[in-house]
Amino acid sequence: MKEEIIIAGFGGQGVLSMGKILAYGGIMQDQEVTWMPSYGPEMRGGTCNVSVILSDNKISSPILSRFDTAIILNQQSMDKFENQVKPGGLLIYDPNGITRHPQRKDITICRIAAVDEAAKLGNAKAYNMIILGAFLKKKPIVTMENVLKGLKKSLPVRHHNLIPMNEQAITVGMNAVEDI
Amino acid sequence: MAEKILMKGNEAIAYAAINCGCDGYFGYPITPQSEVMETLMKEKPWETTGMVVLQAESETSSINMVYGGACCGKKVMTSSSSPGISLMCEGISYLAGAELPCLVVNVMRGGPGLGTIQPSQGDYFQTTKGGGHGDYRNIVLAPASAQDMYDFVDLGFELAFKYRNPAIILGDGVIGQMMEKVELRPAKARRTDEEIKKLCASWATIGKTADRKANTITSLALEADVQERFNIKLQKKYAEIEANEVRYSTYKTEDAEHLIVAFGCMSRICENVVELAREQGIKLGLLRPITLFPYPKAAIDALVPQLKSIMSVELNAGQMIEDIRLISNGRVPVNFYGRQGGMVPSPEEIFEAFIKTIK
Repeated sequence: MKEEIIIAGFGGQGVLSMGKILAYGGIMQDQEVTWMPSYGPEMRGGTCNVSVILSDNKISSPILSRFDTAIILNQQSMDKFENQVKPGGLLIYDPNGITRHPQRKDITICRIAAVDEAAKLGNAKAYNMIILGAFLKKKPIVTMENVLKGLKKSLPVRHHNLIPMNEQAITVGMNAVEDI
Repeated sequence: MAEKILMKGNEAIAYAAINCGCDGYFGYPITPQSEVMETLMKEKPWETTGMVVLQAESETSSINMVYGGACCGKKVMTSSSSPGISLMCEGISYLAGAELPCLVVNVMRGGPGLGTIQPSQGDYFQTTKGGGHGDYRNIVLAPASAQDMYDFVDLGFELAFKYRNPAIILGDGVIGQMMEKVELRPAKARRTDEEIKKLCASWATIGKTADRKANTITSLALEADVQERFNIKLQKKYAEIEANEVRYSTYKTEDAEHLIVAFGCMSRICENVVELAREQGIKLGLLRPITLFPYPKAAIDALVPQLKSIMSVELNAGQMIEDIRLISNGRVPVNFYGRQGGMVPSPEEIFEAFIKTIK
């Protein structure tokens, strides 16, 4: 198994931490992982992205121009990354703020209204876990058990009380993701 | 099996320093390596191993604190990124001239000047050919993963003390910022005063005893003949390092007709380029220098007879290619592909450039 993922959106949406939790989930099931962020000035309020690779084998290049999955959370990232999904790949996006919806016919496209779902949960911070849930529903490459173990590893101990809330958000995402 | 932790290359430097018994870190923040000191400050090793961590007022100051610590036989280090390393170069020359062991980490960013915070390998010349003034060499290790960043701290100190010479870990923004899993190695305790005495009494300023002459640490010799004798001694040491400490790895070079040479993050990216070429039946191999000084001259030299071309792939305008051309000495075409200013090419982009060079 090898899955090459780009997660892209605005700084503050939890893009980097979603990638980290996914990567840690991979480590928990003994996979090789890389997590390569954009760390430029875009982190200060603009667009922000991270590429995450999970693989059963050693990972060579952490820098990619084609992805198995693109998780897209704003229009700028849609413009940049829609064409970088491999044919037959997956594009998941949150329609909130998207003015030009994806056009590709050779990939699977899914929508997750995560802003709305987070509002229903009454917890804006659950946003990125809802997105993660949507991804894991479409590509169950990491088990829920290992995601939760990964969460435990990435959150400081003082925030471990938030794990059940995160688990709930992942489940919400799994149920709310829709094919187009 | 040891626990594997997801961490950035920069964090790995910090954890490795604490774990390998480093006595002191002196630094000044700069992107993209700020997590080194950030992690040290968070971990507070002064409360556990007694390691000193100090934010100096400038890079010039950090490297001179390193000089002071090294004089006392301590395992001391600093880290910075390109513009900060430029400020340290005078100090590094003095450390080399005084034959002092130390570890310097450079997480390279684009230049010249303040440049960009994005990844670069533009300091190859600076690090392998000098940087500071005078005829000196650094021992240069080029990490390609977070695990390398971790492991090269201990290795860097070992080599620095073995040869009483500055060792430099030459990373870049990709390796510093990327998170990968890192296996922690068994901890080494900091050296006791007794151990330092045993190891460094012949040169370190650790208190003169009645049975020996005072140790003097200096890089000054006003008489030309004295300076020349010292220079010759240094060159002998560098020759010894070249004979004993070359490290490199190869990927699919056995039957290779074409070779890419790349270090650090570019060697990782170029492994994918080898795969792309092999899919099309092109026999491409990869050689990754792990030490940039000493450079794997013999390994490249031995491959030349079987090759139709070599391509140097670097995040700069073409620096390492000069070393490869010296080795191949006209026997085989040596081509180049690079990006600058913080741009990092994808495997496909490099492959396309490679194909053009062999057509």
